[in-house]
Amino acid sequence: MRHGKYPFVIGFLFAPVALYVTFVIWPYAQAFQISMTNWRGLSAPQWVGFDNYRRLLDDGAFWKAVQHHGVLLLALPLITIAIALFFAFLLNVGGKSSGGQRQGVWGAKFYRVVFFFPQVLAVAIIAVLFQMVYRPNESGLINGVLMKFGIEPVLFLIKPNLALWSIIAVLVWQAVGFYVVLFSAGMASIPGEIYEAAEMDGATKVTLFFRVTLPLLWDTLQVAWVYLGIAAFDAFAIVAVLSVDGGGPDGATTVLAMEIYRNAFVYSKYGYASAMGVALFFLTLTFAALTLRLTKRESVEY
Amino acid sequence: MNPQSTLPPTPAALPPKTGDPSAPTGSGPKGPRSEVRFFASLGHVALAVWAVIVIVPILWTFLAAFKNTSEIFSSPWTLPAELRWENFGRAWTKAHVGRYFLNSVIVVSCSTFLTMLLGSMAAYVLARYKFWGNRAVYFLFVSGLAFPVFLALVPLFFVVKNLGLLDTHTGVVLVYTAYSLPFTVFFLAAFFKTLPSSVAEAGMIDGCGHSRLFFQVMMPMAKPGLISVAIFNIIGQWAQYQLPLVLLSNAKDKWVLTQGIADISVNAGYEADWSGLFAALTIAILPMIIVYAVFQRQIQAGLTSGAVK
Repeated sequence: MRHGKYPFVIGFLFAPVALYVTFVIWPYAQAFQISMTNWRGLSAPQWVGFDNYRRLLDDGAFWKAVQHHGVLLLALPLITIAIALFFAFLLNVGGKSSGGQRQGVWGAKFYRVVFFFPQVLAVAIIAVLFQMVYRPNESGLINGVLMKFGIEPVLFLIKPNLALWSIIAVLVWQAVGFYVVLFSAGMASIPGEIYEAAEMDGATKVTLFFRVTLPLLWDTLQVAWVYLGIAAFDAFAIVAVLSVDGGGPDGATTVLAMEIYRNAFVYSKYGYASAMGVALFFLTLTFAALTLRLTKRESVEY
Repeated sequence: MNPQSTLPPTPAALPPKTGDPSAPTGSGPKGPRSEVRFFASLGHVALAVWAVIVIVPILWTFLAAFKNTSEIFSSPWTLPAELRWENFGRAWTKAHVGRYFLNSVIVVSCSTFLTMLLGSMAAYVLARYKFWGNRAVYFLFVSGLAFPVFLALVPLFFVVKNLGLLDTHTGVVLVYTAYSLPFTVFFLAAFFKTLPSSVAEAGMIDGCGHSRLFFQVMMPMAKPGLISVAIFNIIGQWAQYQLPLVLLSNAKDKWVLTQGIADISVNAGYEADWSGLFAALTIAILPMIIVYAVFQRQIQAGLTSGAVK
């Protein structure tokens, strides 16, 4: 390139970098620092070292939140991926094959469009929607039907041992369509000859699924697992809006983001909230590293 | 199932047996065909059930938006006795859904525009120019993908506050843009790298300046990538709940749609205006259905583009 490269490069980079450093990098760096103080917003922050972290260890709400992340981390990816894989397989390979051309079942296009739609909606909107669906009296979508048949209403969000699963169900409801489309793209890139050859040797659909589709889709599955895992570490909007008084009943659905928000913007415990943020950061990082490590296997060239 | 034990055969060297002893040997026409039929019908039931699970709550909301409160309680599953359009009027004006909606449109259109402009500028320079510090700046951007927003929430609040941008749309737009940059730069840098350099060189020889080259040659060439990322950003920023909750908490007239609807749902209990809430939800959902119906293909591609990388 000729003269005038540096003014141009600096001119193009200045605004994005300045904005990014001000609102992203600088706050991140500060978070670590604030987490070592007892700052409550009014007086100057005092350095307290690792006190906040020590207090985290005895904080029941923190451990409850961590435990819920554990449940989310297992349940959300497992359920979502299982359902999405099943549907993606049906939609792409489930139908009859003609002339070696793999076909999905009838109406595959329609299903893909419908399934994906919840992904377009904001989680907060979906949370309000399901508040209505789960309502504990005859005005709820589910309980309205149950009570018509004289069945006791199910207290989805009020029963402590049911509340978290009710929330997971909504997350799955939203996520499945996205992964159906993602897996469909992965399946479409598997050459038809492989299926044809396997079928000529008498492989059933079930065999095709476990012996051909699944191994060849491994990379996509890994991506899906990481995405859903990261979603499991977030879950703020759904818990804040859908659950009874933000993480209730009695902390039965709380997540770290909820506790961070509460400690910072309700109790003004900025130092303590930041320590939780740092803990969340390391949990996320550990998860991502572990997933990539554990699921590492030789990818198949085709 | 153990996928490790059975590496899938390449098409050229498929072993004669596929390992499943129950599979019919040879290709008897009868076995596979009835299996296909059974599998397909079972699959159809499952697919139809899921479609119902997706559609019914949304449809039910639309219907409830036309009912009155007593109807919502007495007959949640029936059609509304009459079309009560006034529910929508109440939601739009009295519950301020109209304002929230407009606020969301303003914020998201500004922040998406700014994200695309700044993101593509940075990505272009990082992808196609060699200079000292290039890699460092690139990794600075990309590292943002690994950090959860909650980590920065407290300091971010004070950064925005100290700049005097708390409770303003400007503050929200700048923050949305900043947090959208990592993915935008990451994705577009990869995209700009794939564009042929011959066109750029030809432009240079014709005396095209660096920035004219970018805006008039490279941007049009990168259109498919730009559209994908723009859709990704629009949907992501439209759905934001956490950031506006923190940054706009004291300015109710500036609230965006997600936070407004969530607030209405809290108050609906006190005011017993359930039909108003259903109408508000409908106003929030219906435009998304229309947009999705029109741009369905692009939206699916745009949202999954990040994962396919």
